[in-house]
Amino acid sequence: MQQILDALKQSVMIEDVRKQRDDLVFITVSEAQAVSAITHLRDRANFTHLVILTAVDWLEEGLFQLTYLLNNPAEKKDIGVRVMIDREKAQMESIHHLWPAAATYQRELREMFGISFPGSPRLNETFILDEGWDGPPPYRRDFDTLKYSEETYFPRPGRSTNDPAEYMKSMLYPEVDND
Amino acid sequence: MRSNDDFLSKKIVPGVEGDEIEVDPIRDYYCDAVPQVSREYKRAYPSIIDRFKNWARSESIWILAYGSGCGAIEMRPLMTPKYDAYQYGIQWRPTPRQANLLMVSGYLSLKTLRIVIRAYEQMPSPKYVMGLGSCTINGGMYYDSYNTINRLDYYLPVDVYVAGCMPRPESLLDGLELLKKLIREGKGHGADIYAEKFEWYKANQKKILKSWNMPDYSW
Amino acid sequence: MISLKPDRSKFPVAGDDGQLIIDRESGQFSELFLGPVHPGMTGNMSLEMLIQGDEIMKAKTHVGYLHRGFEKLMERRRFIQCFPICVRIAVPEPDFNEYLLAATIEELAGIEVPDAALWMRTLLLEMSRLQSYLAWIGGQGSSFGLGLIGQWTIWARDLVLDRFEEITGGRIYHMHMPPGGVRSLLPEGFRRRMTDTLDTIEQVMKDVDKALFQNSVYKTRSVGLGYIDPAMVDRWGVTGPNARGAGIARDVRKDYPYLKYPELDFEVAVGKDSDAYTRADVRRRDLLTTVDLIRQILERIPDSGEFMAKVPNVLHWKIPRGETYKRAECTRGEYGYYTVTDGSGYPRRINVRGPSYTHAVTLLEKMIVNVNLADAAGLMSSLHTYPPEIER
Repeated sequence: MQQILDALKQSVMIEDVRKQRDDLVFITVSEAQAVSAITHLRDRANFTHLVILTAVDWLEEGLFQLTYLLNNPAEKKDIGVRVMIDREKAQMESIHHLWPAAATYQRELREMFGISFPGSPRLNETFILDEGWDGPPPYRRDFDTLKYSEETYFPRPGRSTNDPAEYMKSMLYPEVDND
Repeated sequence: MRSNDDFLSKKIVPGVEGDEIEVDPIRDYYCDAVPQVSREYKRAYPSIIDRFKNWARSESIWILAYGSGCGAIEMRPLMTPKYDAYQYGIQWRPTPRQANLLMVSGYLSLKTLRIVIRAYEQMPSPKYVMGLGSCTINGGMYYDSYNTINRLDYYLPVDVYVAGCMPRPESLLDGLELLKKLIREGKGHGADIYAEKFEWYKANQKKILKSWNMPDYSW
Repeated sequence: MISLKPDRSKFPVAGDDGQLIIDRESGQFSELFLGPVHPGMTGNMSLEMLIQGDEIMKAKTHVGYLHRGFEKLMERRRFIQCFPICVRIAVPEPDFNEYLLAATIEELAGIEVPDAALWMRTLLLEMSRLQSYLAWIGGQGSSFGLGLIGQWTIWARDLVLDRFEEITGGRIYHMHMPPGGVRSLLPEGFRRRMTDTLDTIEQVMKDVDKALFQNSVYKTRSVGLGYIDPAMVDRWGVTGPNARGAGIARDVRKDYPYLKYPELDFEVAVGKDSDAYTRADVRRRDLLTTVDLIRQILERIPDSGEFMAKVPNVLHWKIPRGETYKRAECTRGEYGYYTVTDGSGYPRRINVRGPSYTHAVTLLEKMIVNVNLADAAGLMSSLHTYPPEIER
């Protein structure tokens, strides 16, 4: 694994390396160099299988984290390439030319997170959501799904939901003042 | 052989009563008249013919083989020897035109709700709706999901609910028995209730299906 | 004399951009919407097809009929609350969801699972695989017009569900593997009843072999249908039996050993012709391997011992910031969970990788071109598509 990273470092600036397991490493690269890093890993280091492409919303830091998880089936190793992009200007280079399946992932990210991938096929067609969806991209953390559901879907009265920790505390120790 | 232009263009065909009807092959033909309440609905005393009809209807429940959620996987064992729903006069039909029971087998996402509404409207009256699983009753596990409806009875008239996540085949059979009992007692008036409160149901449906790109009623 | 080969002279030619030039005004083409429910699969998904005669020219998939937003819902639930909800993602074999969620959480929180619990998890996952394959063979038979196969295998699947009920109390959703271990070990007399069930299933599979795999109708229609080029496997993200049918021995159980699989003795079934028939045969042999594995597990699984690790109070359970990915081999291919935590009591993000994601959208749209309309359902079934994995 170390050799692969050393070879990659010669062409790409790696900001952060975090070893999760012997066969799984997460690296962080910059937005501009991400696609060349992924191409290098695919073509030179034999990471030929795109396992997942997904995003994580770091709302507090104003960033989207894109994770490209690549797998080397011959050596049985995984590398997670993390790319931090700006949340306001959510846009990333497309990788559908490397893996055709990536177009599907990018369509999903476009719909669910509002991240744009210019040039990716059928990007703006609805994928999962109903064509009448008028809310914000639902997987963003500032979208409150419970509030949306209560306002839209006629909740049946009588159903109550408790936070389990608070509920157990108040049931078991009613005398303690919950702060 | 006719040329293609000819095939797709409008033409006049003779009708049954000697009149002439203009037919456009490109257009979809459907009846969009608003449904009407049947004569048996709210009759003070059911006649003996009504009772006979109800008995006959209760013994031939034909289910639309449409699974909208996870509950559909428990319908398959009902068709096999172990549970064998066919012995109760219940069978699955491939099209809405042949079915009289719509089993909504679980949560309904918005896209599926469109399909379910159209399938229900295309079924011939009298028709019944059965909601399976707690997700059709009050949202169940998905009470806070932005894409699934919370209660089915705001969009379609539900005759029987079967609770559970997911309901076992035994409870499905029990629910079907209950439905039969309701039909025999002359309480299976879902289609009439839908016709009577048509405006209310449509308003609810249109409230959540924001782009309503289909006819209001089609059958 | 009628030629069985399709007339290619009128087939649309490709333009400069590689796309077929389709003149819709010509009246040769019609559009057809297949779905959302059809015999090809468990679950709802539609195909918008452009057909010429009975041959498919082009198809677009439409998914999202079963979208519930699990990844969003899990973000607002505590770790232990995710555990009962995550199984609902996949109905045919829910146990992989429980296992992978538990495995990622255990890895991030640094929990060691006791040995007996690992054996128990292996048993449950293999039983889950068994019942999923049995349901699939029924679906494969029905999509080629052989409804009888489904009657047999669904009945046999019910026997496995009864054994599940003995252990866990649930038929479909078991919720038996919370983070930290399992809820219980084997009940009394389970071994004997499970062995009986396995004997019955082997008997049923002999009948299925005669009635389906040696059936001339099934053979004629499925041999040569839906060829996957072995060179396509990596580029299009093909995993599981679909890749093994193409001659590429890729099995997560062997390649990335998890649970107790390194201690078990099994061979990975590999085919070479890469068509629908080969894939079905690979699945049939995989099913028999699973039967054999369950026998091995039953011999070695402990009857008593610690089965739950010490887990902090789940209501106040906070997991430090981190991320990990775990995978397991389910009947359809590589199933994976990517879990990100941020130090709070709730997961930051849980992403589910369902194998159908790559199989059913891009790969299917490519493979379905030039397929006969009547074989479309069989092709989808031979990829073992399960739509809720795509949309969750």
